[in-house]
Amino acid sequence: MSEAFGILTQDLGKRFDDFWAVRQVNLQVRYGEVLALLGPNGAGKTTTLRMLTAVLQPSRGQAWVAGYSVRHHPQRVRARVGVLTEQHGLYKRMTAGEYLRFFGRLYGLEGADLEARIEKWLHFFGLEHYYNRRVGGFSKGMRQKLALARALLHEPQVLLLDEPTSAMDPASARQVRNAIRELRSSERAIVVCTHNLPEAEEIADRIAILHRGRIVAAGTPQELKARLGPPEFEVVLARPLQGSPPPVPAEVQVTRVEERSFRFYWRSSNGETPPPEALNPRLLAWLLTHQWPVVAFIPVPRSLEEVYLKVVEHDGA
Amino acid sequence: MMARNPSSRPATARSRWQMWQAWLRPVWLLVQREVQDQLRDWRILTPLIGLTLFFPLLANFTARRMVAFMQQYNAVLIAERLYPFLLLIVGFFPISISLVVALESFAGERERGTIEPLLAAPLSDAQLYVGKLLAVLFLPLMGSYLGLVSYTLTMVWRAGWRPDATLLFVVWLLSTVQALVMVSGAVVVSTQATSVRGANLLASAIIIPVALLLQWESLLMFWRRFNILWTVVAGLLVVSVLLVRMGLAHFNREGLLGRDLDLLNLRWAWRVYWQGVTGGAPNLRAWYRGPIRESLHALRLPALLAAGLAVVGFGLGAWVVSRFPWEALEADPARLEALRQSQWTRVGVVGPLSALGSWQGWLRVWWHNARAMLLMSLAAVFSFGVAGLLYLMLPFAILGGGMVFARFVLGLSPGWYMLGFVLPHGSVEIPAIVLFGGAMLRLGAALATPARGKTLGGFWLQALGEWTRVMVGVVLPLLGLAAALEAFLSPRVAQWVLWTQTFGGGP
Repeated sequence: MSEAFGILTQDLGKRFDDFWAVRQVNLQVRYGEVLALLGPNGAGKTTTLRMLTAVLQPSRGQAWVAGYSVRHHPQRVRARVGVLTEQHGLYKRMTAGEYLRFFGRLYGLEGADLEARIEKWLHFFGLEHYYNRRVGGFSKGMRQKLALARALLHEPQVLLLDEPTSAMDPASARQVRNAIRELRSSERAIVVCTHNLPEAEEIADRIAILHRGRIVAAGTPQELKARLGPPEFEVVLARPLQGSPPPVPAEVQVTRVEERSFRFYWRSSNGETPPPEALNPRLLAWLLTHQWPVVAFIPVPRSLEEVYLKVVEHDGA
Repeated sequence: MMARNPSSRPATARSRWQMWQAWLRPVWLLVQREVQDQLRDWRILTPLIGLTLFFPLLANFTARRMVAFMQQYNAVLIAERLYPFLLLIVGFFPISISLVVALESFAGERERGTIEPLLAAPLSDAQLYVGKLLAVLFLPLMGSYLGLVSYTLTMVWRAGWRPDATLLFVVWLLSTVQALVMVSGAVVVSTQATSVRGANLLASAIIIPVALLLQWESLLMFWRRFNILWTVVAGLLVVSVLLVRMGLAHFNREGLLGRDLDLLNLRWAWRVYWQGVTGGAPNLRAWYRGPIRESLHALRLPALLAAGLAVVGFGLGAWVVSRFPWEALEADPARLEALRQSQWTRVGVVGPLSALGSWQGWLRVWWHNARAMLLMSLAAVFSFGVAGLLYLMLPFAILGGGMVFARFVLGLSPGWYMLGFVLPHGSVEIPAIVLFGGAMLRLGAALATPARGKTLGGFWLQALGEWTRVMVGVVLPLLGLAAALEAFLSPRVAQWVLWTQTFGGGP
C-alpha cells in the first residue's frame, strides 16, 4: 500500500523529553500531488519534515517515504528525497558548480550525467552564469534557488520544501512558485511547509493545517473553505439602507448591513448548501420588483486565511 | 559432492573490496570538501603555514644557540637532548591547529546551518563521522610531518645532528597518535556541543591532559627514556580508538538538530541520576529484590573480567617478587633472621595489627578502601574503565608478592599465608572488590556504549546512578563487614598463624 503513495504516515509522533512536538499525524501524498503544510511557528511542520527525511526518528507511529520506512531504511529514504531545509545551508567558500557537484556525488551521480544535471538545474533557476561564482556573494534569492537546485539534482521521487519562498523578493518568490508548479509530475510527490497562505492556495492540491503538533484540518482549498459555511453574497445598492436591510424572503439570512450594501447567504432547510445559481436571480428579481436600485450583486471572496484563523482559534479554544 | 568454484574466493574478496570502496567513496568526498574549505580559509592557513615552515627554522636557530651556550659550561649532554625535545615540539605545534578545526567540525556547521542538508544526504552516521574526523586530521598532520622533516633536515645540515632512525620513527608516531587523540576527542566534544563557544569551553577536557602528557614526554626526552615513548604511543592509540568508538556510539543526527540550549538543568540531571540509583523501586525491600538484583545480573561479565584481572595481578605480583635473589638471603642466616624479627615486630603481637582492634580502626580500614575505590572510579571515568582496572590489579599484585615474601622470609606456606593474612576478611572483601571492578568497568565503558535516543550526558548520568546503586547497595556494606573482620578478627588469626607456624610458640 505504501508504494502507491509518495508519503504515507500513520499516527506519526515525535517527543522531545516530555514535550510532544508532533502527535498522531496521518498524511497521504500521492505521486503528482502537492501538499501544503500550514501552521504557526512551533506547530511541528519542520519536525514532521525532518522525520520524513529520516533525520529524526519518530517516537511513535510509522512513515513510508517513496515506499521505504523511515525507521527501517533511513538511508534509502534519504537517497530518494530532495530537501530544501529552512536554512538553505550553503557552503559559502564553494562556487555554485562545486557545491552542486559535491552533493550530486554524495547522491551517487558522476561524470557527464552529473555535469548535464548541474547545467540543467542552474539553467532552470536562471543561475547558469554563476557556475564559477562563490556562493558567499549570492543574494538570498539566488541562494534559495541554488538550494532548490541541490534538492532536485538527483531527481528525487519526493520533494520536501521548508519555507521555499521565505525572505525572497516578490519576483523571486513568483519564480520559485512557478518552478514548484513545473516540478509537479506523476512521478513526484511534493510537500511544502509555509506560512504563506496565498502561496499554499496557489500551488497546493491539498492543504493540511498543523497546530500544536496535530493536523487540525486537511483537504483541498475548496473543501477547507467550505468549513466557513455556505457561500456569502454582497448586494450593493444606490440608496442608503439607514441601518436595516431591505425586507427579503425568509430563506435569505442577512449577515452584515453597511450604509449602501448588505451581505447574506441562503438558509438551508435540509443542511445542504442551496444552489445560488437558481436562488440569486430570484432575489435579484425580487429586489428590482420592490424598487431597490441594485448596483452590484457579487460573491464575497473567501480566503484561506479566514479558514486558517478559524481552525487555529477553534483548536486553541 | 559439489565442486568448489575456484573463482568464488577471489570474487568474494573482490565484492568485499567493492563494498569497502562504495563505503569509503562518500567519506573521501567529505574529506575532499572539508580540506578544500580549510585551504580557502586564511584563519586556518596562516597559522598552519607559520607553524609548519617558520617554527622549525626558529626551533633550529634556538637549538643551535642553546647548544653553543651550554658547550661553554661543558653541559653537552643537556644540549644534545634538546634536539629531540624540540623535534617533539615542532611536530606537536601544527597539530594544535587540528583542535580548533575539529572543535568546530559539527558545532560550526550546526551554527552556520549547513549541517542539515548533509544530515539529509544518504550517508550513514559512521561515514559522516569518519569523513569529518579524517578531514580535520589531514591538514594539521601534513603540517606536522612537514615540520618534522624540515627541522630534521635543517638540524642535520646546520648543526651536524645525526638522529637515531628509531627516535625519528617514534616521534613521528607520537605526533600522529597525539593528533588522533586530540581530534577524536574534539570531534566528540563538537558533536555534543550546541555551539562553537560551547565546544571551546569544553575543550579544556582535551587541552589539559594533552598539555600534561606533553610535559611528561618532554621529561622522557631529557632522560633519554625513548623506550617508554613506545608505551605512550600504544596507550594513546588505545585512547584514540576508544574516543572514536565513543564518538560513533553517541553520534546522532537528532542530537545535532534537536539541542538548542546549553542550559544546566540540575533538576533533570538529578532525576535521571536518581532513577539510575533507585530503578524506580518504592522501598528498600523492593530495591534489593528488583534493581539491585538486576544490576548484579548485569555485572556478571564485567565482574568476571575484573576477577580475571585480579588473578593476573596476583600472579604478576608473585612473579615480580620471586625474581628477587632470595638464594643470596638464604645464604646469609643472620640477615634473614633480622628481617624476620623486623617483620614480627611490624605485624606481630605489638604491631599495628593489634592496634586495629577498635571501632576507630574499623572506620579507618573502611574509609581507606572506600576512598581507594572512589579514586579508581574517577580514573575509570577518564579512561573508559582501563585505568581503574589497572589500579584494581595493584592490591592483588601486593597480595601475590606478599605470598612469595612470606614464603621466603617467614617460611609460611601459601596455604597458611592465605589463611592467616587474606581469607579472614578477604572472603568478604575480595568479592566486594570484584563486584566494584565490574561496576567500575561498566561506568567507564558507558561512554563508549551506544545510547540510542539518549544524550551523552543523560546516558552517563544513568550509568553513574547504576554505579551508585551497586556501590551503596552492595559494595560499601560488604566493605563495612570486611573492615569489621579486618579490624577485629584478622589480627588475631594472623598472630595465631605467625605464632604457630613461624616461631613455634614464640619469637
